[in-house]
Amino acid sequence: MLIAGNNISFSYDFDGSSLALQNVDIRIEQGEFVAILGCNGSGKSTLVKHFNALLQLQQGELRVAQIDARNEKDIWYLRRLCGMVFQNPDQQFVSSVVEEEIAFGLENYETPRDEIPNRIQAALALVEMSGYAKRAPNTLSGGEKQRIALAGVLALEPEIIIFDEVTAMLDPNGRQEVVEIMHKLHGAGKTIIAITHYVEEAVAADKVILMHKGRVLACGGPRAILSDLDLMREAELIPPLPVRLYHDLRQAGVHLRHCPLTDEELVEEIWQLRSKI
Amino acid sequence: MAIKIENLSYSYLQPFGEKVEALKNVSCSIADGDFVGIMGHTGCGKTTLLQLLAGLRAPTSGQIYVNGEEINAKGYDKSSLRQTVGVVFQNPEYQLFATTVEKDVAFGLKHSGLSRQEVTARVQWALETMGFDFAKIRSQSPLALSGGEKRRVAIAGVLARKPEILLFDEPIAGLDPYGRENFLRFVGEINQAGTTVLMVSHNMEALAEYTKHLLVLEQGRLIDSGPTREVFVRLKQRKNGAFGQTKAQKIATLLAEVKLPLSSGVVTYADLLSALKQELTGGGRG
Repeated sequence: MLIAGNNISFSYDFDGSSLALQNVDIRIEQGEFVAILGCNGSGKSTLVKHFNALLQLQQGELRVAQIDARNEKDIWYLRRLCGMVFQNPDQQFVSSVVEEEIAFGLENYETPRDEIPNRIQAALALVEMSGYAKRAPNTLSGGEKQRIALAGVLALEPEIIIFDEVTAMLDPNGRQEVVEIMHKLHGAGKTIIAITHYVEEAVAADKVILMHKGRVLACGGPRAILSDLDLMREAELIPPLPVRLYHDLRQAGVHLRHCPLTDEELVEEIWQLRSKI
Repeated sequence: MAIKIENLSYSYLQPFGEKVEALKNVSCSIADGDFVGIMGHTGCGKTTLLQLLAGLRAPTSGQIYVNGEEINAKGYDKSSLRQTVGVVFQNPEYQLFATTVEKDVAFGLKHSGLSRQEVTARVQWALETMGFDFAKIRSQSPLALSGGEKRRVAIAGVLARKPEILLFDEPIAGLDPYGRENFLRFVGEINQAGTTVLMVSHNMEALAEYTKHLLVLEQGRLIDSGPTREVFVRLKQRKNGAFGQTKAQKIATLLAEVKLPLSSGVVTYADLLSALKQELTGGGRG
């Protein structure tokens, strides 16, 4: 088990009056692609910020790669193990040149000087931006900026990469670019934790953790969770279009055999039914 | 006519002298009370257009008329433009600063000449229009709210000044599905009450379901405009298929590929549902 948490509760208030997390249990395996799904304010970001000790555990237990997240002496190790990319790359850029931006984290971790250029190149190659080393971050598109922010994280060679609503501000093309890179990194053996409220981005995950009001509502395969109308309603999320269509067609007396999750499955189901009419 | 744009161009110089033409010869007009969507890839000039309309940038060439007056003409009173046009930029929640929600929303009314009671009434109206319980929210710190709530408070601050024309730059990016639906419903209501709305968005469903007209920008040029549904149908026929397609249109395309063509007018989810009902209950071609 790569990440194992029990009974985690957290409050941002001094007096602990309102809880951002309530008795959360969590299990994430090495190499898994986990989507954490929930509406604004459901506790998604609060939970993942515990994994790399951006937030200190207040209640409960949490082990990341067997390390107790409460141990302050291990904070830097955890931060390096667990890289995190945020919603707005503009807010985290510190340099006016892409390669310096990526070198920033490496220098902070005292990476030997002669190693840094290779690490920058490798990180840029991973996000398919090799030709951009000398560019200024502010001249890049939203999707490109997000990939540079990711390269900065990848240069530190983390085992776990957390994407905190990284696609929220991107146009459909930019979103597609970033999602493809997430899957490529997963394919290369990294553990991926993607926070999102785009249900479509959770469809291809190994596991979905559905959160609402600081609690885990459900945890399981994407099919079981995303096609459960009641559960999605409780989480204040809108199911993927094929799921909605399946249920709305049923109400009109049109019965597809199975509830589809993707557009391709939907088309297949409709085709099957149509060929019988 | 709320807004009229004639041959509008805007270009600027990059640090190393490279000239970027952000807008090229754009002309269009927007009627009073319209709800206009602006669509286009990142970098197509959408935000520049809004900034020009708000009078925050001056065009390189061309004219913009708001309520019949050219806003960049000599002697034009820009302060009246600030009154007429309200702008909500991307991530307006970063502008929140006051100690309470009520003070934050009231800030823009400071020199409006309204009495204290009138200001309170406006603030209450603006917050209620954005879906808040005024009594509950007024004394809370805006900084302690969730992301979606912060955004609605920031928009209430613009709304409180009762602009005739409201410009939104990506107002729903980053909001969750219920937040998006709520926001769009509120804006729809404001529009129903007579406010002209222009909204830049990457969300095709939002544009298809809520706007009346669409402007489509590509690399600074206005490549299409017209009633929303017609524009979506035309965009589907263009070669670069994925751009400007709703989810319902994408599914219709996939169905057509397996010899199950639906009407070309399928744009929204409701269109898709009713077309499929007809097709699959034997009501379609047999």
